[in-house]
Amino acid sequence: MPTRTVTIGSASGLHARPAKIFVEAAAKAPVKVTIRSGDRKPVPARSMLSVLALGARKGTEVTLEAEGDGADETLDDLAALLAKDLDADHA
Amino acid sequence: MPDTVLTGIGVCPGTVAGPLLRIAAAPALPAPTTVTDIEAEVARAGAALTEVVAELGRRADRAADATVAEVLRSEALMAGDEELRDGVRELIEAGHDAPHAIDGAFATFREIFAAAGGYLAERVADLDDLRDRAVALLLGLPMPGVPSPGHRYVLAARDLAPADTADLDPAQVIALVTEIGGPTSHTAILARALGLPAVVACAGVLAVPDGARVLVDGATGRVATGVDDVEVKAAIEASARLTAAASGLTGPGRTSDGYAVKLLANVGSARNVPAADEAHAEGIGLFRTELLFLDRATEPGHGEQVADYRDVFRAMAGRRVVIRTLDAGADKPLPFLNQEGEPNPALGVRGLRVARQRPEVLTTQLAAIAEARAETGADVWVMAPMVSTVAEASAFAAAVHEAGLPRAGVMIEVPAAALRAADLLRVVDFLSIGTNDLSQYTFAADRMCGPLADLLDPWQPALLQLIGLCGEAGRAAGRPVGVCGEAAADPLLAPVLVGLGVTSLSMSPRALPAVRAALSTRTAEDCRRLAALAVAAPGPAEAREAAG
Repeated sequence: MPTRTVTIGSASGLHARPAKIFVEAAAKAPVKVTIRSGDRKPVPARSMLSVLALGARKGTEVTLEAEGDGADETLDDLAALLAKDLDADHA
Repeated sequence: MPDTVLTGIGVCPGTVAGPLLRIAAAPALPAPTTVTDIEAEVARAGAALTEVVAELGRRADRAADATVAEVLRSEALMAGDEELRDGVRELIEAGHDAPHAIDGAFATFREIFAAAGGYLAERVADLDDLRDRAVALLLGLPMPGVPSPGHRYVLAARDLAPADTADLDPAQVIALVTEIGGPTSHTAILARALGLPAVVACAGVLAVPDGARVLVDGATGRVATGVDDVEVKAAIEASARLTAAASGLTGPGRTSDGYAVKLLANVGSARNVPAADEAHAEGIGLFRTELLFLDRATEPGHGEQVADYRDVFRAMAGRRVVIRTLDAGADKPLPFLNQEGEPNPALGVRGLRVARQRPEVLTTQLAAIAEARAETGADVWVMAPMVSTVAEASAFAAAVHEAGLPRAGVMIEVPAAALRAADLLRVVDFLSIGTNDLSQYTFAADRMCGPLADLLDPWQPALLQLIGLCGEAGRAAGRPVGVCGEAAADPLLAPVLVGLGVTSLSMSPRALPAVRAALSTRTAEDCRRLAALAVAAPGPAEAREAAG
């Protein structure tokens, strides 16, 4: 199964604004994506509550998984999003 | 004749009538019921969650503030969460009814969030709010929080917190009445910012039945029930005449004999600048920078701060903007500063004192202000909140100049600073008196403490005497002394403040026309005479009588 492991780049972690941006992007993706932190159970990336509950901070490694048509492209996009600092200036 | 007349403290003038609605309390879970049709129960729970999502979306759409809108959309994502719905379905299949299933499904996440601490633990309140909203819908109860009935009404509450009012809809809410709170409480400040008639410390208002028509007079503090149309019409017309008299004047502030008093506006972001312009403000006397820092787990970066300040400076090109460095602590705790656990936050590490522990927060902010100033043509003055000593003022002025900013000042909020005003003016360029905090610290009376509201009356002679010390020091040094607290918004008090030596008054833009009109009827000599009378009075009522 295609997977990507990526380090959270947002200063505040995968919370608040960064979590919202990530979850919205995952919800729009053509395939179902899961996200997990360490050895914990993978959770759906389109679930805001589950993504928040990961408690991922800046520097935490998370793994994305997806299967099906477009999985690789989707994972590339989402991984790039997680690696970016989504708290940084957006003016 | 009205049925009952309640009296509180009027904190924002204006007269309106409308049905009174309360902030509804969170619904209690009813006794569990037996579910016979599982699919119907799942659908019922799902529909409630869907309506919560839709309601949050509507609130986000009408929120004027982009940050507020974003927070509401994040909450909508939580309420619409598919994992949450799966949890609800499982609980209903296990025999729970919809309200209990929703409560249980939220509880799963609540536990994880609470255990994680920090940012997630703070989101527990959001989860509880979402659950309460869904449960209220299921039980046919009013939504908790500020009502949104789709028509105009008078909002009543025990007290209002910033969180309750972040997205308050001024198209629906026509007046605010709270049971507790004082002239400087959040309710009063919000009311002035929105121009809503408001009465605080109004005992008995929560006993008025929901939906009953009330007549609110934000000048006298009267709240009447059972009034007829004739009385309502007469009261509203009388209030409108007063407003019309004030609105005819424009231009810089001056006494009738031409003594100039700068009339400035208090703002929190560029969003408030149009209102300041509409009121013909001569500049900004207090630019609060806390908004950008609120609800943040981390400090906003240099670039984000530059952008925020630049918006205000650019809109004020050529005019004065007095920007206040971060005023955190006490009633405005900021998560990233980790200030929990102070036994007495109002007397703790707040305002400029934060720089003792986190100097980089101040230097980052000053650098951002300097950069924003360089890109615009505004006359930027920088001041620090919560200064007590000359040493603090001196260190602050050095940091301001180090950042390349020309003018440094301090706020006078602590009696110690007022007593040493002359010494402070040897190390800084100007003073700005924050009368709300100066009252609180002079009278040892918490700003949020309703029963002590009389001590926080801006007409208290001891407060006026301290303001007079600052005014005298300013005159002697030839340096400006402003007032940027709520006292500056009182048209009767304005001439007294000017007589005490105050050279600028900064207030909510809405209050400017009435203050401008009041000053234009007095000579500078009148102002000095009134000031002497007010300071010599034995108490606030006598001071008002003598000088009002």
